[in-house]
Amino acid sequence: MATAFSPTKLTATVSSLHGSQENRLSLPIRLAPPSSFLGSTRSLSLHSSPKLNHVNVSRRSPVVGVQEVVKQKKPTNSLLITKEEGLELYEDMILGRSFEDMCAQMYYRGKMFGFVHLYNGQEAVSTGFIKLLTKTDSVVSTYRDHVHALSKGVSARAVMSELFGKVTGCCRGQGGSMHMFSKEHNMLGGFAFIGEGIPVATGAAFTSKYKREVLKQNCEDVTVAFFGDGTCNNGQFYECLNMAALWKLPIIFVVENNLWAIGMSHLRATSDPEIWKKGPAFGMPGVHVDGMDVLKVRDVAKEAVTRARRGEGPTLVECETYRFRGHSLADPDELRDAAEKAKYAARDPITALKKYLTENKLANEAELKSIEKKIDELVEEAVEFADASPQPGRSQLLENVFADPKGFGIGPDGRYRCEDPKFTEGTAQV
Amino acid sequence: MSAILQGAGATTALSPFNSIDSNKLVPPSRSSLSVRSKRSIVVAGSDGIKSFGSGLITRRSEPLIANAVATKGENAATSTLSKPGHELLLFEALQEGLEEEMDRDPHVCVMGEDVGHYGGSYKVTKGLADKFGDLRVLDTPICENAFTGMGIGAAMTGLRPVIEGMNMGFLLLAFNQISNNCGMLHYTSGGQFTIPVVIRGPGGVGRQLGAEHSQRLESYFQSIPGIQMVACSTPYNAKGLMKAAIRSENPVILFEHVLLYNLKESIPDEEYICNLEEAEMVRPGEHITILTYSRMRYHVMQAAKTLVNKGYDPEVIDIRSLKPFDLHTIGNSVKKTHRVLIVEECMRTGGIGASLTAAINENFHDYLDAPVMCLSSQDVPTPYAGTLEEWTVVQPAQIVTAVEQLCQ
Repeated sequence: MATAFSPTKLTATVSSLHGSQENRLSLPIRLAPPSSFLGSTRSLSLHSSPKLNHVNVSRRSPVVGVQEVVKQKKPTNSLLITKEEGLELYEDMILGRSFEDMCAQMYYRGKMFGFVHLYNGQEAVSTGFIKLLTKTDSVVSTYRDHVHALSKGVSARAVMSELFGKVTGCCRGQGGSMHMFSKEHNMLGGFAFIGEGIPVATGAAFTSKYKREVLKQNCEDVTVAFFGDGTCNNGQFYECLNMAALWKLPIIFVVENNLWAIGMSHLRATSDPEIWKKGPAFGMPGVHVDGMDVLKVRDVAKEAVTRARRGEGPTLVECETYRFRGHSLADPDELRDAAEKAKYAARDPITALKKYLTENKLANEAELKSIEKKIDELVEEAVEFADASPQPGRSQLLENVFADPKGFGIGPDGRYRCEDPKFTEGTAQV
Repeated sequence: MSAILQGAGATTALSPFNSIDSNKLVPPSRSSLSVRSKRSIVVAGSDGIKSFGSGLITRRSEPLIANAVATKGENAATSTLSKPGHELLLFEALQEGLEEEMDRDPHVCVMGEDVGHYGGSYKVTKGLADKFGDLRVLDTPICENAFTGMGIGAAMTGLRPVIEGMNMGFLLLAFNQISNNCGMLHYTSGGQFTIPVVIRGPGGVGRQLGAEHSQRLESYFQSIPGIQMVACSTPYNAKGLMKAAIRSENPVILFEHVLLYNLKESIPDEEYICNLEEAEMVRPGEHITILTYSRMRYHVMQAAKTLVNKGYDPEVIDIRSLKPFDLHTIGNSVKKTHRVLIVEECMRTGGIGASLTAAINENFHDYLDAPVMCLSSQDVPTPYAGTLEEWTVVQPAQIVTAVEQLCQ
């Protein structure tokens, strides 16, 4: 059962791992791909590959240059995406980037407070996975969840208002940056402690299976759990890998390996830094993919989601990615090497997709510009909306503590406390 | 004193409702007041059966000792018991409640260690896996944090899991999920997601089970906003609370006690539930209010026998709802007796008794003739040795002394 997708850049990776200690610390484990941004021109098919060290040599040999594809007028279905899909992906990534940039601005202007963790640079992972999901599929994230919520369909207004702490926020201002929830869009949060969302995601996947097998409903919903490299050293991660594989739950575990957990380098924290390997250890495929390339991510995601929908169980996908900003807006980001940052900045997923679209004549500059403009306006409007929205009133204080407010109990006068209309304003005598 | 004896002797006819202003009773589902006239108690430790002690209630009324418990049991929904009911043990009552709810709603499922094929380490889920299948009665691997979180995720997406901690102490490993997700998610999601889980399991001090298997987690969980906590103590309220907890939209933690699983009692054949937020009047009285829950209820009732012999008339209330406290029942009692003794199994520091003392002082200070006294377990990891363990926990003799002291 321990099948694995053919890993994309493995030998070089392995050799750099076995390199000297110095190498391990100074270089990230990856092999920068050749400059072409084609993604995989063959779909990754499942096959048994017991010796994972064997690189799929053909992966890199027919590097069909972009010009050649166009010249040969190959039918467009040899491209990885259609124009529509391409524009959708582009718009989603631009939305993620613009939104996060606006968050930074608003934070420094004092409109939002606390811990705000921005997603710049990682957009390919969110877009690559979530744009394949339906509305009833679930997404679970961590504190770096703004863009996951946006990709899943939560409106920019609702997210921005939530960040501003207004009643019109998706969680009525009660959650904040780290707790983006949406029942309508099946965005199951937003969790502040790393790892604590993974069991919740496992539970959502369990419900899918339960609906199918016990309630006999036609349920094909899958759950995608996003989390980082730091989380992969946490017990809850392993416990859930075990349960998901054991019961073949329809879940995809997506590791956004951006190499840094605040100031802790992944290499300094992890005995075996190759996270994808932990999948086969539990009996599920483990895949490593270039997380700066939205088309590659989408390709892998398609396979993983289809597997899950067919009832074949979970997949562990490690996306090699990078965050362009610090861990949070409070992080001075002094530990990361400038060269490393530059290297990844050169692999900006948005630039890369733009290049792919234009070079493959799927879209022209004007269309892309108009998308960017549209998103800019959307984000500006979201800020205006959030600014204009009211802050929560005192009566909201104790609302939603309990789904059934009888849980506040019976007061000395014999009535349930919740029967007092002013109760939710909060008294010390609960 | 004779007036009190006569009063005590008349308890056979006393309706438990008399001491409560029945106008204030809210919905008809408030059907908690239960008293039973006789029980035989055999308590099984995890390794065998040892007798718990002499029966707590005498069958015959003697001149000095009235029934320590009022004999009339009533369900507010039905004014008289129509049938005698059926007799069962507490763990069977829990199972019955669970099974009825699983029959009623296919979204109710159970998850925990050894709940399926093994039938539960205290047999609460015996036979359920055969009936409902391995997915509805799920044997989990040993990973409390993750499977509790899984239950929470399942609850958010439409199921109603009953999560069993094999021993409540193991749920310390699930504290992250219970505190952050179970308690808080309904609020942090702005009310979008409900988490109708029931987290249950045996806790409390058993028979020489050692420190780690003898923990009282109610004191650790009580601060978590967004959860309710109830403790069952009789087969009647065990079944009733189990059903109510499953039907509740709130996350409820149901505390059972290792030593009470083999209590036998007759419970009604008709369906009933107990109100989660209400306390239970065990024995009405005039002199002093004794508040207790779970196993200590039995120590209190044993002490009550002695006290009645000595001429005291204690009012015993099983608070049942550990969070929130039923300040109405408690308050009415304090207003009547003006003296309060709390008897609990939690440790002295930071237990349920500590919170209850604060709540009573805050709300009913004017009605007290004496300071609230709280008898708790010693602040010590429960020792293994039998003698030491006995001294850790509150014993009936201490309760008698305390009452005498308070009633001077």
